[in-house]
Amino acid sequence: MNALINQFNGMYPEVEVINATVAGGAGTNAKAVLKTRVLGGDPPDSFQVHAGHELIDTWVKSNYMEPLTFIYKEEGWDKSMPKGILDIVSYKNDYWSVPVNIHRANVLWYSKPIFQKYGLKPPRTFDEFFKLSEDLKAEGIVPMVMGTKEGWEAGHVFEAFLIGTLGAEGYSGLWTGRTKWSDPKVTEALELFKKMLDYLNTDHSALTWDEAGQYLIQGKGAMLIMGDWTNGWFMSKNYNDYGWALPPGNDGIFDALSDSFGLPKGSKNRDQVIAFLRVLGSRKGQEAFNKLKGSIPARADADKSIFNPYLQSTMDDWNNHKIVPSVIHGAAASEGWATEYKDVLALFVARKDVAKAQVALAAAAEDAGVSQ
Amino acid sequence: MKVSNQDRLYSILFVLPSIIGILVFVYLFIGWTGYISFTKWNNVLPDLQFVGFKNYIRLFQIERFQIDLQNTLVFTVLFILSCLVIGLGLAITLDQKLRGEGIFRSIFLFPMAIAFIVTGMVWRWILNPGSLELGSVGINQLFDKLGLSFLKSGWYTDPKIGIKAVVIAAVWQLSGYTMAMYLAGLRNIPIELREAALVDGATGFQIYRYVILPLLRPITVGAIIILGHISLKIFDLIMSMTGSGIGFSTDVPAYFMYDTTFRGNKFAQGSAIAVIILIMVGVLIIPYLISNARRGDEA
Repeated sequence: MNALINQFNGMYPEVEVINATVAGGAGTNAKAVLKTRVLGGDPPDSFQVHAGHELIDTWVKSNYMEPLTFIYKEEGWDKSMPKGILDIVSYKNDYWSVPVNIHRANVLWYSKPIFQKYGLKPPRTFDEFFKLSEDLKAEGIVPMVMGTKEGWEAGHVFEAFLIGTLGAEGYSGLWTGRTKWSDPKVTEALELFKKMLDYLNTDHSALTWDEAGQYLIQGKGAMLIMGDWTNGWFMSKNYNDYGWALPPGNDGIFDALSDSFGLPKGSKNRDQVIAFLRVLGSRKGQEAFNKLKGSIPARADADKSIFNPYLQSTMDDWNNHKIVPSVIHGAAASEGWATEYKDVLALFVARKDVAKAQVALAAAAEDAGVSQ
Repeated sequence: MKVSNQDRLYSILFVLPSIIGILVFVYLFIGWTGYISFTKWNNVLPDLQFVGFKNYIRLFQIERFQIDLQNTLVFTVLFILSCLVIGLGLAITLDQKLRGEGIFRSIFLFPMAIAFIVTGMVWRWILNPGSLELGSVGINQLFDKLGLSFLKSGWYTDPKIGIKAVVIAAVWQLSGYTMAMYLAGLRNIPIELREAALVDGATGFQIYRYVILPLLRPITVGAIIILGHISLKIFDLIMSMTGSGIGFSTDVPAYFMYDTTFRGNKFAQGSAIAVIILIMVGVLIIPYLISNARRGDEA
């Protein structure tokens, strides 16, 4: 964020940017602060919001945002941004926010030294995954690490399991009603997820995802399913012995989320915000921001060579893989639905009751108006 | 005594602003919340279509809410009992005409002056089980250093302990307050009663059991009411100390209300939770208010 502000201030030194970031897991605290401000009639000049249903259902449909189509036209973004991303920031023929990056949620990070030592290859199917986990467990290594302290992490990992059993079409269908939550493949995903819990670090409830990542850094744990911000976090810890692959059954599927900035109605410094948004959407701005954040630019024309190998491979995948939206990160479903989904999975980790979880997931969809 | 009409007019004028303020800012908003809880407003845009008890029925089907109610029960019972026992113990100890009583009284009372948010932060660190990177921290580190490693635990991150770890923090904060209430009660018991009991040959224990404790009953009831309404509404301590916890082991209705309203945009569902909390507090307090009012009439 500061890289962007610096770049903006280089161009507009007279404008003071106030960075009122609210800290806390996956932006959950920030969202509450934001909502209170906007509903109370004191919106910030601009704010970060996940592109997709979080943007459209929460802010656009409720008429709190200004359309940004004119900036898109003037800057030619409707051509320089890929269609996949334009789709999720548009509603009723207008664009509503400026995406600054793309994150991938479904990545399996693994410890290269451990995989080399035992002659292992990243698992491509769930059978391979559990066989490998069994072997590692016998060697006294934690096969799979996870932190569940903040409550959303289990829901995040479960997305990869749903994609793994349902495939891209089936998974996307869950959020539109084409796939029913009573589908036997959802049961299968829950069963597999439950089985995976047996191979987890036992202290997962005390750790956040990055604290759990220490297992990899210290060579005590083998695998971690987490979004590609993990890459940036590993870099910040000077840890380089990691490899990446896709979770079992996720071949050719890109589980995506995007951070974007919009223009709320009633912004007190409208002109400056528009200038700021122009920087956010520019090639230079996106390159500066994403290099540090460890995500890929939303624009298709960014200079690939300045990014690290992981991001370069992700940029290729972004162009070739089937794109599906992440639910826990606001792209796939309204916030109400995503919150209920999160709760069901958080409880599932403790209770491990497949039937109850599946009924609750179906009820959450029903609540959101997607009939089952 | 006869009150003149003019006096009566003045007194009404003086309390009128606060009556209007309370009517608007307390009762009107309670009514508004109650009204919303019967509507369809479960997205950002208000939708005031009436749906009857639908939000309530749905709420009781959600497992998280069932767990929340159990947690509230466990928390309230443990919290009140511990505060009463520790508070009474401290009060009786201080009542023995100790030297430096004033200092001890202040020390025990001070935690009450701290906001729950701060208490939560502090106990979050003290009861932090630590991580792989940091090793043991807080009280677990203390156990390590004392060679008592077997006492180490996951505290609030262990679903079996969960809300009970939060009870520790809450008791730390409010048992001193309970002590102050009991101490005031003890000081109000006429010395003659104790002396009379002594003359009758009662032992120290018997004096407390049969003379002093029964006389302290109104204090105990008052303490239960005050502690009870705090614990039924508890939010800030949970918010800063644990969040909802693994498998919602430290979740409470007020935290769920915040989550579902401001993260999930379900304003009607959040209002329904608020109304249920209000009813719980009402069940605790209203009998007390009624009995107080009756006593006032008799006097």
